[in-house]
Amino acid sequence: MAKTRPNNTPKLALAVLASAPFAWLVYLIALEIAQPTSGLGPEPAEGLLHYLGEWSMIMLLVAFSITPVRRMFKQPLLARSRRMMGLFAFAYVALHLLAYIVLYVESSWQLLLEDFVERTYITAGIAGFCGLLVMAVTSTMGWRRRLGQNWLRLHKVIYLVVPLALLHLIWLRKDGFGDIALYILWFAILLGERVYQVRTSRSTAT
Amino acid sequence: MLIGKSPKIPTSEIISETTYLNRRKFMGQSAALIAGSSLLGSAQAGLQEDDEITPEDIVTQFNNFYEFGTDKSDPFENAHTLTTDPWTVNVSGEAKKTGDFAFEDIIKGMTAEERIYRFRCVEAWSMVVPWMGISLKKILEQFEPTGNAKYVEFKTLVRPEEMPGQSSFFSSIDWPYTEGLRMDEAYNPLSIMVTGVFGKELPNQNGAPWRLMVPWKYGFKSVKSIVSIRFTDKEPLNTWQQLQASEYGFYANVNPAVSHPRWSQASERRLPSTLFNTNRRPTLPFNGYAEEVAHLYKGMDLRKFF
Repeated sequence: MAKTRPNNTPKLALAVLASAPFAWLVYLIALEIAQPTSGLGPEPAEGLLHYLGEWSMIMLLVAFSITPVRRMFKQPLLARSRRMMGLFAFAYVALHLLAYIVLYVESSWQLLLEDFVERTYITAGIAGFCGLLVMAVTSTMGWRRRLGQNWLRLHKVIYLVVPLALLHLIWLRKDGFGDIALYILWFAILLGERVYQVRTSRSTAT
Repeated sequence: MLIGKSPKIPTSEIISETTYLNRRKFMGQSAALIAGSSLLGSAQAGLQEDDEITPEDIVTQFNNFYEFGTDKSDPFENAHTLTTDPWTVNVSGEAKKTGDFAFEDIIKGMTAEERIYRFRCVEAWSMVVPWMGISLKKILEQFEPTGNAKYVEFKTLVRPEEMPGQSSFFSSIDWPYTEGLRMDEAYNPLSIMVTGVFGKELPNQNGAPWRLMVPWKYGFKSVKSIVSIRFTDKEPLNTWQQLQASEYGFYANVNPAVSHPRWSQASERRLPSTLFNTNRRPTLPFNGYAEEVAHLYKGMDLRKFF
């Protein structure tokens, strides 16, 4: 498909949009370094962590939305952005985890292990990341060819990753569940669309 | 635990506002001055040598007050709508003098004294705050609690039109926010009712016109904007225990040995932290006030009564 030089503008636009939160974060960090607490608040480590966490959740749901949106709005070109959006989601999640390890538990493996064992939201978060890591590593054309039919089966792990991310957030939150309710609704709609697809057409399109 | 004395410093200078503005510099220059200011309080517990007063803008712009929203910047942004005058406090239960009292009548003739306390949130961050407050014992005794008064319960104002968090559909808190203390805890010299901070009137977002301050307990015990005081013989069910009894108990004493399902309590981040230095320090039993309060819990299993 590379030979026909299809229109790359939508994909580029998506890439710019998906990069915007990161660019904004770079700006906030610059503010923070210039003058402490001005960019990310009195607890900048937590500010950074939550910012990345929030965008991880959104990017995951965006990536998970590509296929249903492609089908619902008959936008076949979107298929070419699915991997890219998945990798964007992975990048935000990886940065989120990195921020947690470096800034929050301050690279103390003992604290990390304690969190992983004792705090279920950390367990869920790290399990979700592992699933996403497998997807990111096997996202290349080479792996896709090598795995054949199993590639599709393997990438169904996203159906575990998103609920794990939601659990991570639910278990962490004390009160004020407005955003979580929105995420769950978003996820439910996407899931509903897929169930509908499987029921109506018996095609294996994913 | 005084670090030293500095008799040359007049108290008026210690509590002046300019001093607060230069506090960080000032604290760094001389630990002796801190001891000087601690002489103000009759039962001022000592500060640790490296305790620096948290900047005022952080104390007043970064805190939890779910009545105004769940973000720590929400109280500062939303609390300006709160009307604190007139302010009526209902006193009920096991006491001789009960009924509705005007706030200013309750504290009439009492002067707030400065208490610099460490403040430790259950979310594992902490501050050092120069509160202005009145002994809780002094306040409660005027209502003449009877022998049946084993506990005292406090409630925060419910006024959804001024407290947006209370009308939030996505909050599971059953308002009013409720907290309580055992009477001997309430009568401990460290327990105060706060009416000011940094030498000024208490801002709305910090719990105006008055709030509790029990520095050896996690911050959520120190209930804000109080409109109800009830003396009772039964342990009150505090809001967080009601929401999640497996995580929050009645006592909520700062205890590094009792872990929490959400946050390790072994250490804390002293605010402000920077991006590359979380300013983490070990958490002390009873938030460093063991000398003053540990005897209250003699013989109790603090892992069970967390």
